[in-house]
Amino acid sequence: MEAIYGIPIIGLIVQFVVYFVTELPGFSGTIVAAATPIALGSLCGFMNERSGVVNIGIEGMMLTAAFVAWWAASIAAQLLPNIDFGLLGITLPLLIGLLAAIAAAMLVSAVHAWLSISVRADQIISGTIINIFAVGITGYLNLLISQQSPPSAGRFEEWRLPDFISDLPVIGWLFDALLGVGPIGLTMLISVVVLQVLLFRSRWGLRTRAVGEHPKAAETVGIDVIRLRYRNVILGGAFAGLAGAYLTIEFGSAFQGEMTAGRGFIALAALIFGRWTPIGAFGAALLFTASTGLERSIRFAAPEGALGEFLTGIPLQFYSALPYLITIIVLAGVVGRSIAPAAVGRPYERESKAA
Amino acid sequence: MSERTGFAGWWDRARAVAMLPLISIVLALVFGAVLLIVSSPLINGWDPLLPFTAYRALAEGAFGSVNGLVNTLVNASPLVLAGLAVGIGFKGGLFNIGAQGQFLAGALCATIVAIALNSASPLVAIPLSILAGMVGGLAWGFIPGALKAFTGAHEVVTTIMLNFVAIQLVSWVISGALRGTGPAVTFARTDPIVAASLPIVVGRSGHLGLLLAALAVPIAWWLLFRSTTGFEIRTVGANPDAARYAGMHPRWITILTMSLCGLLAGLAGATEVLGEVRYMPASYGTTVGFDAIAVALLGRAHPVGILFAGLLFGAMQAGAGLMQSQAEVPVQMVGVLQAVILFFLAAEIIVRRTLRIRTAGTGVSSELQTVSRSYGEQASR
Repeated sequence: MEAIYGIPIIGLIVQFVVYFVTELPGFSGTIVAAATPIALGSLCGFMNERSGVVNIGIEGMMLTAAFVAWWAASIAAQLLPNIDFGLLGITLPLLIGLLAAIAAAMLVSAVHAWLSISVRADQIISGTIINIFAVGITGYLNLLISQQSPPSAGRFEEWRLPDFISDLPVIGWLFDALLGVGPIGLTMLISVVVLQVLLFRSRWGLRTRAVGEHPKAAETVGIDVIRLRYRNVILGGAFAGLAGAYLTIEFGSAFQGEMTAGRGFIALAALIFGRWTPIGAFGAALLFTASTGLERSIRFAAPEGALGEFLTGIPLQFYSALPYLITIIVLAGVVGRSIAPAAVGRPYERESKAA
Repeated sequence: MSERTGFAGWWDRARAVAMLPLISIVLALVFGAVLLIVSSPLINGWDPLLPFTAYRALAEGAFGSVNGLVNTLVNASPLVLAGLAVGIGFKGGLFNIGAQGQFLAGALCATIVAIALNSASPLVAIPLSILAGMVGGLAWGFIPGALKAFTGAHEVVTTIMLNFVAIQLVSWVISGALRGTGPAVTFARTDPIVAASLPIVVGRSGHLGLLLAALAVPIAWWLLFRSTTGFEIRTVGANPDAARYAGMHPRWITILTMSLCGLLAGLAGATEVLGEVRYMPASYGTTVGFDAIAVALLGRAHPVGILFAGLLFGAMQAGAGLMQSQAEVPVQMVGVLQAVILFFLAAEIIVRRTLRIRTAGTGVSSELQTVSRSYGEQASR
């Protein structure tokens, strides 16, 4: 082993892999926690773009949902009895917050759907409007509400795995990291698998892909393009709602202005990097947040020797920029090209029936 | 209706173009008023007159005094420059969401040169720093342009990604190599910019950048509507295939357009950091690049329209402070108004139908037809 370290580049790579694998169990929990809102945001984008609607407003939808989840849970905590369901920290106020967040994000999605499908406005402008509006309205209301310092409703709890699973040799930590999450995190994991199967194995999936790639052909075989697009875009909003709620009632328990901090855009990047599939987007989200995890691990426990010098020599900001750089490279087709559904961005116009 | 000529004809056209933006602004103010009344119990008790107090303070803050007016101009100038950066992109069939990143790249490059020349003569430092800012922005615009032209990567995604790369780049340079050492430095930022800081030309804070922004408008207009390059940009924007058939080179025009957009946004960043902030923080919090999209849309991608839209948004930002201190309405209200203005512009077909407006189809949507519809076409290029 030591002999390999002598060979400059290969030695460095081997050293790096060894370092990464030994450090990984330590920060895997943080990676999954950070990846959850991004993966959920990607699922929102997935529902939109697979059926032919661009959505760059994921960020705004998430921010709105984050605010509504926190606010609704706080109000519910003041008005309603604090019934504890005794499972994963689920209480009545938190449940109400979660449902309100999903409803709010679906409402915003409905506006996006209306603008991009019925009004046939530019879909990117519609997304931009959502982003600007969300920052404004949440900032405005947050400032007014926080003056009265409302109580926090707390947050969901992570699932504590039975010891015999966590104690499994070699892979115990993996289960611990993936499944040791709260109700929203678990929903995300289930949704990723279910949507992946549905996309390629169900009637809905086939129709959605048809509408996203060639709506005219889809209409000819009797698929209602407009209706399917509406349904998918609005349902997609539910995932943005979960993503936002995750930030304020599962990962944290308070709202701050602009707290999504670009996660909605990373979600878009993850969707592209994952080639518009749920599993791919989830993998991309993990990979992206791993670069943040790596940054942290290098800061606190840098490896020794030449590798340590090399890694600490790289500016820490580079790791934060890495997801975006990778996305550009993938999109440009330098390393394995990622291609969007063909009809994304085009409003569908039905041929006139009168003729 | 037959077309009138001379001043009357000009007036007809101006009215047709300005009608919808004006209606959108009025509708947004109405929406804002409803929001203010509904949320007034959270501010100072139920107050149906809050919209009047708030809007009056907003207007007074923006236009009520010389300082207010200068403030409006100071806020408007980066919006106009960055708005042109987005608007020229629209004309060339490109959706430049990267004005934010180009702004930061310009600000960063201007700062690097300005700090290096901090003890030089202002006559040298100012032009060189501004030039550096334009080059930095140009480079940040060139990348997505070249990527689009040669690999087909859509500029909407690449510019969004580059915005975030720019944030990290600024953070790295400013908190590392350029971190200031002087007594004024209490957080990660550079030393104050001395030699290259722009001279004040009007009022208390009206710096040279105002003149640059004012100059950029006629230059952009001439470039777009009176030069061969502008004709090529607009042709490629309207129909790349026709442009290719006519012997133009859409790829090079795309790169040129994006670079030009970057240059303008970079200039905005340079004037802002050299004239307004006068140092560069490691985390530069600004929304100019995103507001610029709204400005360009409200101004219908036309330089003169962008000037007016920039002035309006600049006025709202200048007045927001007084609105917060006098009427206790948070400044974020301005962001809500901007978004709602855009909403009504985007839904123009509905607004037209409801209000029975019959003006020429001068909508933003017609400018943008080739933009986001090409989103899924990366492979076919």
